[in-house]
Amino acid sequence: MRFSKIALATAFVMSASIAVAEEIKVAVTTSFHNSGLSDILLPAIAEDIGLDVQLLVVGTGQALRLGEAGDVDAILVHSRKAEDAFLEAGYGTHRREIMYNDFVLIGPNDDPAKIGSAENAASALTLISNAETPFVSRGDDSGTHKKERALWASADLDDSTFGSWYRSVGAGMGATLNTASGMNAYVMSDRASWLNFGNKGDLALLFSGDPVLFNQYAFIPVNPKLHTHVKNDLANALEEWLVSDHARVLIDGYTINGETLFTHNAVAE
Amino acid sequence: MKSILPLVLTGAATRKRGKTLIGPVDLTVGAEGFTIVIGPNGSGKTSLLQLMHGLGRVSKGSVRWNVSQAEAQRQQAYVFQTPIMMRRRVVDCIAYPLLLTGTGRKAARARAAEWATRLGLGEALDRPATVLSGGEKQKLALARALIRKPEILFLDEPCANLDGRATREIETILLEAYRAGTRIVMATHDMGQAKRLSTEIAFLYKGMIHEYGSAETFFSAPKTHEAQAFLRGDILE
Amino acid sequence: MNDILQGLSAAFHLIITFDGELAEITLRSFQVTLSAVAIGSLLGLPFGAWLAVNRFRMRRYTIAVLNALMGLPPVVVGLFVYILFSRSGPFGVLGLLFTPTVMIIAQVIIITPLIASIAHQAIRELWAEYHDLLLSLNTTKRQRIITLLWDGRRALLTAALAGFGRAIGEVGAIMIVGGNIDHATRVLTTAIALETGKGDFALALGLGFILIGLAIVLNLAIHILSRTEQGGRW
Repeated sequence: MRFSKIALATAFVMSASIAVAEEIKVAVTTSFHNSGLSDILLPAIAEDIGLDVQLLVVGTGQALRLGEAGDVDAILVHSRKAEDAFLEAGYGTHRREIMYNDFVLIGPNDDPAKIGSAENAASALTLISNAETPFVSRGDDSGTHKKERALWASADLDDSTFGSWYRSVGAGMGATLNTASGMNAYVMSDRASWLNFGNKGDLALLFSGDPVLFNQYAFIPVNPKLHTHVKNDLANALEEWLVSDHARVLIDGYTINGETLFTHNAVAE
Repeated sequence: MKSILPLVLTGAATRKRGKTLIGPVDLTVGAEGFTIVIGPNGSGKTSLLQLMHGLGRVSKGSVRWNVSQAEAQRQQAYVFQTPIMMRRRVVDCIAYPLLLTGTGRKAARARAAEWATRLGLGEALDRPATVLSGGEKQKLALARALIRKPEILFLDEPCANLDGRATREIETILLEAYRAGTRIVMATHDMGQAKRLSTEIAFLYKGMIHEYGSAETFFSAPKTHEAQAFLRGDILE
Repeated sequence: MNDILQGLSAAFHLIITFDGELAEITLRSFQVTLSAVAIGSLLGLPFGAWLAVNRFRMRRYTIAVLNALMGLPPVVVGLFVYILFSRSGPFGVLGLLFTPTVMIIAQVIIITPLIASIAHQAIRELWAEYHDLLLSLNTTKRQRIITLLWDGRRALLTAALAGFGRAIGEVGAIMIVGGNIDHATRVLTTAIALETGKGDFALALGLGFILIGLAIVLNLAIHILSRTEQGGRW
């Protein structure tokens, strides 16, 4: 009886692995995926260029790691400094800006630190630090986390000296928002993830609009000279699609509750 | 086919954790006979049987059969004081020794059924062995022991926990086996049983054989002081 | 409390409408876990039995290590397997990363010590019972192992089911080595993690109830098929 089980299981496993003819693996960040945009783009990509895009939704750090190891064919991340380092080290061929969204500051509805009327992001964060109201940080060295740290720095605040009101969770965007919701704390999130988040609790969007909160996504194909097996031509085809008009229409037209999330800013070559 | 007997023990002893359980013992088990090993509790009867059968460690001296050890092991059988039942049906328990030596399942089960019937277990063939009564379990153990027609059969107080009827049934089968040519070496503390069955007696006391000889001689004229006390019914310390 | 009720209704809804995606990830969950249990049992059961009947110098340490391996954190196993099968790793050329196959491998590593350990304990007790008899009957080592495995099959089934339980609920390892790719390596547990991360607790709970329900159904089926608890039968 055990034998046929194995045979059956093996057959199932093999059938599960026989995929569409053209497929490509792309590591993307949780903030991109949680926006829900991929659910719109992927079917369109499959239809337009017959490409089955397999998304690995991981943190920025892990995405870069996968790119370095050659376990994916391309990455889509939003952390300029890390991207530059990635390219410097020769892991990618080039970076292509695709679109941007923005970061927003979320907090309890009654806004105890009163950041709603802050002038800019730096002063909003200063208010939170002074009030010592609970603040949840991604803490996972992701693009979002790096942005957050840069903002604290721009307000001349050292996030490594914060007291217990600053809670570093080391998790993805969704998990971090869950924690903030559970603690009724302040948190910095990308707009898309926030709008698509299903467990808002008593939280509300309190501050946004400062240009410094601008969040650029870039597409980087993994270097085929380093990893000869990566599907570089497919990666290039995907890149072409991402900068195309059809992509622009879909990305600019993607809304949640009437709000647009992303702005397509790719430049055709 | 060479007989595995005689079995010769020369200065054989079993020691465990510094204590001598049995021995040193000099004993020859000849080709024919129904030997009863008798003695007070704790005198080493079980240890002696296990030493002879190969279950006990030979710490000193030697235990030698007429053939090689490996050859001899195939021609023996042992019935434990508390019967060891396998978690199987009665017929499969009895058939097990045959399956070990390569008999086909159908043939083995058929032989097992015959033996079960002979021992009065015919109705219980399909029941799990673990639910049998004490007497039934011991009969199963006996059937299992005899199914390979061993040259020599060791039994360790097989009727110790049985009622009169079961005891009589088992003794009947033992005598049948003996008359059919099986050499029997059996431990018991039941004097009456010893008188009923034995042709020769080994009297054990404190791990040593104090007397060994024909049953007639032992019961009519025991030589040693301890044997006499034992036959009188005294408690031996 | 409201979340739990919503979860139950989400589960109900998914099942009633024969949701296609649910069917897909459920089937994959069972493919991966049942394969892992089959392989893990094939490796672990005989090893557990062998360990019970053999005496050798390093036996005590082997048993201690085996028991310790039961506590291997799945996510650590996942990381380890990832490093092995990454393109930059020793087995990278096999291209197994992010496929159900490597998920099975990771789960086999996690559950085999558990299965072997339980099997070892069960067989050891049975061996203590059968010891004198099997020695007296002049059995070979191979015969002993086969007899113990057969007579102890109910306890061994428990070992396999324990392995199943551990594998079907596992998420850390298969998330790392499988990548939770939609339509490729997503299973019930990784889908639950995903939905939880998106804050969709109702759906996550719903999937969770379905997972538990299926595990119960499977265990019931096995017990019915092997006719346990039927008056007096082993």
